[in-house]
Amino acid sequence: MTMANTTIGRAGRALAAAAALGLAGLSAAPAQAAGETVKPPAQSWSFSGPFGKYDAGQLQRGFKIYSEVCASCHALSLVAFRNLHEYGGPGFTEDQARAIAEDHKVQDGPNDAGEMFERPGRLSDRFPKPFPNENAARAANGGAYPPDFSLLAKARTYERGFPTFLFDIVTQYQEQGPDYIHALLTGYAEPKHGEKPPRPGLHYNTYFPGHWIAMAQPIQDGQVEYTDGTPATVDQYGKDIAAFMMWAAEPHMAARKGTGMVVLIFLLIFGALLYFTKRRVWSAVH
Amino acid sequence: MQGHSTYQPKGVAKWFEDRLPIVGLIHSSAVAYPVPRNLNYFWTFGGILTFMLVAQILTGVVLAMHYTPETTKAFLSVEKIMRDVNYGWLLRYLHANGASMFFIAVYIHIFRGLYYGSYKAPREVLWILGVLIFLLMMATAFMGYVLPWGQMSFWGATVITNLFSALPGVGTAIVTWLWGGFSVDNPTLNRFFALHYLLPFMIAGIVGLHIWALHHVGQNNPTGVEVKDFRKETVPFTPYATLKDAFALVCFIAFFSWFVFYTPNYLGHADNYIEANPLVTPAHIVPEWYFLPFYAILRAIPSKLGGVLMMFGAIAVLFILPWLDTSKVRSAKYRPMFQIFFWIFAANAVLLGWLGSRPAVEPYVTISRFSTFWYFFHFLVILPVLGLTEKTRPVPNSIADSVLGGAPATPASAVAAPERNG
Repeated sequence: MTMANTTIGRAGRALAAAAALGLAGLSAAPAQAAGETVKPPAQSWSFSGPFGKYDAGQLQRGFKIYSEVCASCHALSLVAFRNLHEYGGPGFTEDQARAIAEDHKVQDGPNDAGEMFERPGRLSDRFPKPFPNENAARAANGGAYPPDFSLLAKARTYERGFPTFLFDIVTQYQEQGPDYIHALLTGYAEPKHGEKPPRPGLHYNTYFPGHWIAMAQPIQDGQVEYTDGTPATVDQYGKDIAAFMMWAAEPHMAARKGTGMVVLIFLLIFGALLYFTKRRVWSAVH
Repeated sequence: MQGHSTYQPKGVAKWFEDRLPIVGLIHSSAVAYPVPRNLNYFWTFGGILTFMLVAQILTGVVLAMHYTPETTKAFLSVEKIMRDVNYGWLLRYLHANGASMFFIAVYIHIFRGLYYGSYKAPREVLWILGVLIFLLMMATAFMGYVLPWGQMSFWGATVITNLFSALPGVGTAIVTWLWGGFSVDNPTLNRFFALHYLLPFMIAGIVGLHIWALHHVGQNNPTGVEVKDFRKETVPFTPYATLKDAFALVCFIAFFSWFVFYTPNYLGHADNYIEANPLVTPAHIVPEWYFLPFYAILRAIPSKLGGVLMMFGAIAVLFILPWLDTSKVRSAKYRPMFQIFFWIFAANAVLLGWLGSRPAVEPYVTISRFSTFWYFFHFLVILPVLGLTEKTRPVPNSIADSVLGGAPATPASAVAAPERNG
């Protein structure tokens, strides 16, 4: 919004609106995605299904990857340091979370002299952004804007198709986002048929819609050191960062699924009691 | 309607009743009210819908306490609800999924009315009030979807409000007036929030009239035959209908809970977890599932104005349905040809929904046109003609004949198995 307000203005937005209208198919123009998409292979996630929980060790590994590799470009602006020790998360202690917060410099102010200043982070702070604004982020990344990680695991998906999308209700499959993120990180490859990028600085990725992504392969085997014996491979990194991002996007999942089980058991018992009461009462008129 | 209140207050209650007979009113409409004894479980959706309306208003009022209707803060305020408000995730998922559940229930309710001819005399006004509620629900749901200010919120609002620009002459001026500016922006979000808060109370008002009309003319029933003998053919609302409705409601809440607690984003769109950006158009702009059949009709017509008129016409035709269906027989149980066309219509409606989710390319466009044609053909041609030409099965003389097995001049195979409400 801010960009639109400052740089593009009304005319631009009216044009965008008109473009949307065309894309919506009113003029029978096809609403095509940027190109063909390849379905990401489904991974096995500890947090899938009715009893699924985040694996605290995996979230801590994912957090390590985020801190050492991703955080230099990708923000995590909706997550607070206190979230790191909250129920259902990566399972840091409060002291560990505070130490992590203090490792980050957070801008505060203005002070009595009217100056902004930096101080060590507190538990109540959110993760500071790597760039002061979108323009700075684009300038540092060849024109591309590295997306904020906070909601990405819920903001990425792929089409499940018929009839799979119906089965998903029963199987409770909700992991398109993490599957896609894992696939993206492991999906860097040589372009098929020697295709050339549409503009320089793009990289071929099997799973990115349209295949040409601005981000170079961000992580290599062995780049992040694991101390718990987990293999330090890109495949494993992909799973761990995707799990971490799912937690960042849905931090209350453990509470949600736990509550759901209690609610369903209550409804089952209450429903059964109602059913038999109803039968008893109606038996008089049948 | 017969069988009215037997409420006989004493003491303070009588003193109060003489001054404001509201307890007697509640007693006559929710306790003594006579219910046809042969209703099946499709008749429990009225109660379920009332519950959903109340649930949406309650969760919505609390959400509004935490929400900020301003373009730079709306998306973040919703995320704050999801992350920092106690049980905020539960409130928001209940409200967002609740909208879908509301529509699932209302579609079942409408198709029940279509199947059993519940729109026919003397229930035309009851039916029209229902169509009005449906229209208001769609307006409310559409504006509610804009509030989180995600990509689909913004672009959905842009596409739908732009439809009015198709009106000749005044179209552009109307769209500018709707937006409160020259694009979907802060004034649009503000007024959508105000209206999203207002409309549910208007729905509640019309629901009151809908129930009033229902209690005046009495419920239809699977035979479509009016109640003749209240003593033999009806049961008092409480405890009979109350318990049956309660059981159906608990089953529905269990279904609802499955989505809220286990697949809360299944019915939503991933793009709405990206903050609205007027400079980036999503690859596919798709409305929520409950609008898809109407969206398919909109896109099926090559002219924009034509599409808009057909889309609104698809709902307008429901208003005159009581006069389009010429058959004297209400229930599809005794109308073999109508039954076939009913199921074709239902399948076609689902097909339209699927087509609405597809991009506007071949072969979907051509199929959409056939499907749209059939939607209107069903109402405007099949129903009037069928009522005059169809050979119906013998209708039982009374509900009692149908329920208690004393089948009169009807062959045994003609009347379906007696409705058992267990």
